[in-house]
Amino acid sequence: MRRFFLIAIPYGWLLVLFLIPFVIVLKISLSDTELAIPPYTPTLDLSQGWSGIREFFAGLDLENFVWLTEDDLYWKAYLSSLWIATISTLLTLMIGYPMAYAMARSPEQWRTTLMMLVILPFWTSFLIRVYAWMGILSQEGFLNQFLLWIGVIDTPLTILNTNTAVYIGIVYTYLPFMILPIYAALDRLDGSLIEAAEDLGCSRLMAFWLVTLPLSRPGVIAGCFLVFIPALGEFVIPSLLGGSGTLMIGKVLWEEFFSNRDWPVASAVAVVLLLILVIPIVLFQRNQQKQQEAEQ
Amino acid sequence: MTRLSWFNVVSLTLGFAFLYLPMVILILFSFNESKLVTVWAGFSTKWYGELLQNEAFLDAAWVTLRVAVFSSTIATVLGTMAAYVLVRGGRFFGRTLFSGMIYAPLVMPEVITGLSLLLLFIGIGLDRGIFTIVLAHTTFSMCYVSVVVSSRLVTFDRSLEEAALDLGCSPAEAFRLVTLPIIAPAVISGWLLAFTLSLDDLVIASFTSGPSSTTLPIKIFSSVRLGVSPEINALSTLMIAIVAVGVIIASLATKRAALQRQREERLAVQT
Repeated sequence: MRRFFLIAIPYGWLLVLFLIPFVIVLKISLSDTELAIPPYTPTLDLSQGWSGIREFFAGLDLENFVWLTEDDLYWKAYLSSLWIATISTLLTLMIGYPMAYAMARSPEQWRTTLMMLVILPFWTSFLIRVYAWMGILSQEGFLNQFLLWIGVIDTPLTILNTNTAVYIGIVYTYLPFMILPIYAALDRLDGSLIEAAEDLGCSRLMAFWLVTLPLSRPGVIAGCFLVFIPALGEFVIPSLLGGSGTLMIGKVLWEEFFSNRDWPVASAVAVVLLLILVIPIVLFQRNQQKQQEAEQ
Repeated sequence: MTRLSWFNVVSLTLGFAFLYLPMVILILFSFNESKLVTVWAGFSTKWYGELLQNEAFLDAAWVTLRVAVFSSTIATVLGTMAAYVLVRGGRFFGRTLFSGMIYAPLVMPEVITGLSLLLLFIGIGLDRGIFTIVLAHTTFSMCYVSVVVSSRLVTFDRSLEEAALDLGCSPAEAFRLVTLPIIAPAVISGWLLAFTLSLDDLVIASFTSGPSSTTLPIKIFSSVRLGVSPEINALSTLMIAIVAVGVIIASLATKRAALQRQREERLAVQT
């Protein structure tokens, strides 16, 4: 009996507040927009019995999904989200790998402190960390003033409200997610392997390329997915740092819902985003599983 | 390993500068006299004063705090239960679905979670307010708690529990006297994680809040959209300071607890 409650309470909670809401999104994505409350049709009318249920299912169609393919805005937004997420993941890797590598090579007694320094920003507000860049990247911001002062540029650069600012924002906020799994992989690495490679005539660079890099691959893959997956559906960073030209699907969904009040289209956008996300999520899971099996 | 090369030192220095300089600049400029955020005009704490007079911010902070306390506490209870079920529950009907629902919210884009919960609340005619934000936050943060707690439960030596049962404890007593003290650090860090996630959340709260329940991130977001302001800098500095103090206290406490445990283990070996 106790076991039943132990299972049923969290199970029921997730069913009601996670799975059912999702079924509702799916249902509304198949409905039609209407000027009414609620602003979609059909609604399930159980009082009419079977004919009500039949009418309800007859009213569902894929019209919204057809609309998504016809209007340029949506598929461009999906493509541009994929592009922005990919580029920023690669940039994060380029900055994160050398940091994780240096951390793994640093003296034992420093490592806990360095780890703390990487994790600490994660505890501070995400919104504030994005906001901090607004003051730095703006026309009269800190970065432009600095560059003008050292004489690299003559006129201020426009960085805020462009895609460049979005890349910087994503790299900045998700850098810890990249560093930690790579550091974990490098930390486990057996140092004698590199010594053996060097003894056998590898240069240090060759030893890194042939031994260290392949052995840290699971960490690199995990880090890349941990950055790519949240970056794809990002809303805060493109809306604060990006410009009107920055198309990201999280922003489109938000505007579709709050500004256009088109619930069926917003739901369809959400369903397609989720379908796109299934691929990296499955790949990520497989990578984690392989790693666990390798450890055993 | 070997000594650091110059390349390692440079990448660490630049990397940490990149991580911390933006926050340092933000904190410095919160003490700026001028209304212009990027021009230094002398030291002043006047923005902190104005912040404390701003009732909209104070109200929002109070709403956020209540939501965070309630949602993280419920999430800790539910998440610990879920972790226990997943690690110790054995087989039961729909176990795969259950573990799927625990992991899915971790990778679900916030906009989708928010949208789907809002549609549920509207569908069942629930008025949006603090209560609905608490429900929403509990749902996603219980999954984080469950991941943290189950990673501790997996490494836990089961024979300790069995010994307690052999010595006459009821299962509930064994849980309270043996299991809970051992997983307590994980439960506490799960609670802290849930608490900060709730404090921090903008997107899900925007979907599930009503007109009378504006949280601090929603308030910050709407004023930041218009541009940088010294008041928000002051508010951010306060929030960074609170987090820094909290993290330092937590790390000192865990360090002391670890030392204590080592001492006790040494004593146990000697006797």
